[in-house]
Amino acid sequence: MKPDMTVNLAGITLRNPVMTASGTFGYGEEFAEYVDMESIGAFVTKGLSLKPRAGNPTPRIVETPGGMLNAIGLQNVGIDAFITRKVPYLRSVNTPAIANFFGNTVDEYAEMARRLDGIPEVAGLEVNISCPNVKQGGIVFGTDPACAASVVSACRAATKKPLIVKLSPNVTDVVVMARACEDAGADALSLINTLTGMAIDLNKRRPVLANITGGFSGPAIKPIALRMVWQVAKAVKVPIIGIGGIMNATDALEFMLAGATAVQIGTASFINPGAAQKIAEDMETWLIANGVADIKSLIGALET
Amino acid sequence: MQFTAMILSNVEVSPGYWRMRMTAPPECGSARPGQFMMVRVNGAIDPLLRRPFGIFDVGIYMPAQSGAVSQPYLEMLYRVVGKGTAMLSALHDSDLLDVLGPLGKGFDLGAADEEKLIVGGGVGLAPLYLLAKELVKESKVRLFAGGRTRDDILCITEFERLGVECYTATEDGSLGECGLVTEALLRRLDQLQGRATIYACGPNGMLNAVAGIAKQREIPCQVSLEGYMACGVGACLGCVAPGQSHSPETPDFRCVCTEGPVFESGELKWRD
Repeated sequence: MKPDMTVNLAGITLRNPVMTASGTFGYGEEFAEYVDMESIGAFVTKGLSLKPRAGNPTPRIVETPGGMLNAIGLQNVGIDAFITRKVPYLRSVNTPAIANFFGNTVDEYAEMARRLDGIPEVAGLEVNISCPNVKQGGIVFGTDPACAASVVSACRAATKKPLIVKLSPNVTDVVVMARACEDAGADALSLINTLTGMAIDLNKRRPVLANITGGFSGPAIKPIALRMVWQVAKAVKVPIIGIGGIMNATDALEFMLAGATAVQIGTASFINPGAAQKIAEDMETWLIANGVADIKSLIGALET
Repeated sequence: MQFTAMILSNVEVSPGYWRMRMTAPPECGSARPGQFMMVRVNGAIDPLLRRPFGIFDVGIYMPAQSGAVSQPYLEMLYRVVGKGTAMLSALHDSDLLDVLGPLGKGFDLGAADEEKLIVGGGVGLAPLYLLAKELVKESKVRLFAGGRTRDDILCITEFERLGVECYTATEDGSLGECGLVTEALLRRLDQLQGRATIYACGPNGMLNAVAGIAKQREIPCQVSLEGYMACGVGACLGCVAPGQSHSPETPDFRCVCTEGPVFESGELKWRD
């Protein structure tokens, strides 16, 4: 018998727990050739802002053992072009689309939440308070609990759609941040964003990335992400989306045991554009092989 | 498309430079000059990302066994620069590779009555052979190949076999003229009668010089760029290049993998 793969994420029903992570899946369309969009739970757009953003100078990415550093700098088309050029595609796909967004000020965050609230094709919002690669906004709001709470409250007041807050791992205690966001009205938390890192070219005596530092992702960060998801899951009541180095179904199921209701696939989609679909299929296969009738029974089922 | 390729041959054609032939599905037979592929070196996590390679050649592979069906092959020419390419060079016939491609926008072949001037530096010759193969069908083609030493001048015999007139230049004078290949290009342009198009691929310094020459002489020029990229499908935005109107105030970035890797040189921003 086919297991029940559905999960409920803050009021959004996902056909399975597999989502794609912001910044690794374009606006969905880019992957249409490689992924059956209706085989995954949801997809998350590239981070959006009020005005288009050009991003950082190059080199923007570099590989390091077991992972990669990126400093894209939140390049995106802006909310207006998103509505005219990207939303029509979202309409054509029967899978929830989550819009990831950010602002430079609390007011800009709120304005973005209000604009996105008016788009019927957007099923939910993911607030990025954790980008490590831009000077204003982003991580500034993601490392101070009071700042994070003010952003989340302002967005909460501007939208009735499910509000997910994406947390940064670049903090002393992620649980403090998680509680602050939950108290300010977040419906769900996604974690972790990338870890701040850097790479150096010895012979040139220069940093490899033009931005000097970048966000570290890929399989190398999975143990850190698992630990943080587990800590936060014990501390909050809202659902959690586990992110960090998920390369296969085993990784994804481990995050669910640690307390995640859903997962996001990031760097893996760069390597295999069809990774999210494959992971969702393999998760179902594992459930069948292990006699698990309902995937929800795995959420937080870690035995310690 | 994503497919599993079987390596048919993998040989070192010059110290540090390798040429690999692999099987490809029927759809790849129509790969266009200038397109590229993203190759996963192995299934492990180090190296983690695919590596981009220009398509050097496309052809039809006839298996030796009787009754076996012929299928396209793809070739790539690559330089061993790091861990990924070192591992690639250690692979053998019959080994399998996970490949994504053909990707990107290729060269525009232009009009038949123009002279085609191809400029390649080192491993920048990789996407230019398939281009030359198409161009010689209708036009006079000249190749200007440059490198630091003779070891960087690759596969010239193959170009000559196509009927391409080849000029070579090395910085140390070990093969051809001593100096930069752009000097030979300039001399040819001085003698030029009628229209021409320039096609170039190679290090940034060379491309910058060629784009400058093309602008000054008002000759159409297409360049193929390299970029650090994670995905090859327009999602990571790692491989962007500044467009002609780019400035910090009015940003204009082009995505190398999907909008390129071939661009009209006038579309891009160059150093003056």
